[in-house]
Amino acid sequence: MRRRLLILFAALLAVSAVPPAAAEYADVVINRAAEKNGMRPVVFPHWFHRIRFACRVCHTELAINPRAASNIITMSDIIDGKFCGACHNNDIAWGVDRCDICHSGKRGLPSGIVGGHETSGPGRW
Amino acid sequence: MRESTYRADHSRCFLPATDAPWWALVAVFLLFPALTATAGEWTPIAKDDVHDPRSPAVKLLQEPAEALAPLAPDFVGTGNQVRWVEAYDKGQIKPRQSLDPSRPIRKRDTDVIMNVKGGMPAVRFPHRQHTELIDCSTCHAKVFKEVAGATGISMLLILEGEQCGICHGAVSFPLTECTRCHSIARPGEGKPKIPEGFDPMLHQRKRQER
Repeated sequence: MRRRLLILFAALLAVSAVPPAAAEYADVVINRAAEKNGMRPVVFPHWFHRIRFACRVCHTELAINPRAASNIITMSDIIDGKFCGACHNNDIAWGVDRCDICHSGKRGLPSGIVGGHETSGPGRW
Repeated sequence: MRESTYRADHSRCFLPATDAPWWALVAVFLLFPALTATAGEWTPIAKDDVHDPRSPAVKLLQEPAEALAPLAPDFVGTGNQVRWVEAYDKGQIKPRQSLDPSRPIRKRDTDVIMNVKGGMPAVRFPHRQHTELIDCSTCHAKVFKEVAGATGISMLLILEGEQCGICHGAVSFPLTECTRCHSIARPGEGKPKIPEGFDPMLHQRKRQER
């Protein structure tokens, strides 16, 4: 009986670990400064960008640390052509005047990588 | 040289061995909506729980289904349900390698074989698949020393999001795919397999004990 209860508990745990809705794997919420400044958080879709750019473009050339939430990215840097601004300059991609396309996240979301096994499985998966 | 195509045996990976089948039915019943929710489809941006459905971006941004459906498929619920390296090798995606054309693109084609204790299949780390997309400096020497065998690699650290886990489990194929890394069959085995009675929750317990 004790074994059965244990197994049932394990099954319930597995169910509760499944996220209710699915952000796409590796979406990054960026909200260090956005909401403090009255904007929606930024949602960065990895899947969209990795179709078009190799990892090395952002993570080496543009010096963005792969560890989510460890980069300090400001709008003034972006306007100066750093980080997102290397492409989001109305040349390669839309520019900083299109605020709402990047700042499109739900309010209240903390910065971090979402949509993945990191958050949905046992431990950090 | 191809990525291993073997899939981790999930039933053995996550569910405790038992002779009582009723609970499995209960679990399958309870998990069914979650398992089928993404079957061959991707969550629309308006419903993905990170975008604000009232944001004007929802109508402008490309939907994942449109971009990802044509690419080499991965298993339902695994990552973006895309085999990114396969999509790259097949030319389905042609990502730009640099913004500055004078920038050198460094590639390497050597494998590192990491034997592991405990009867798990050995790990083959292929430099080629990694350096097609990533620069050496992302891993070397901050994360891994450049001498094979010089860095103590630990599944516990990987599960904590360190070492391989910086990417695998966050953006690259997830840690549920044991045999994609543990891909070298033990002598006498046709394909790599998780040893009989292997309990992946081992990692969890050790982590809690620390």
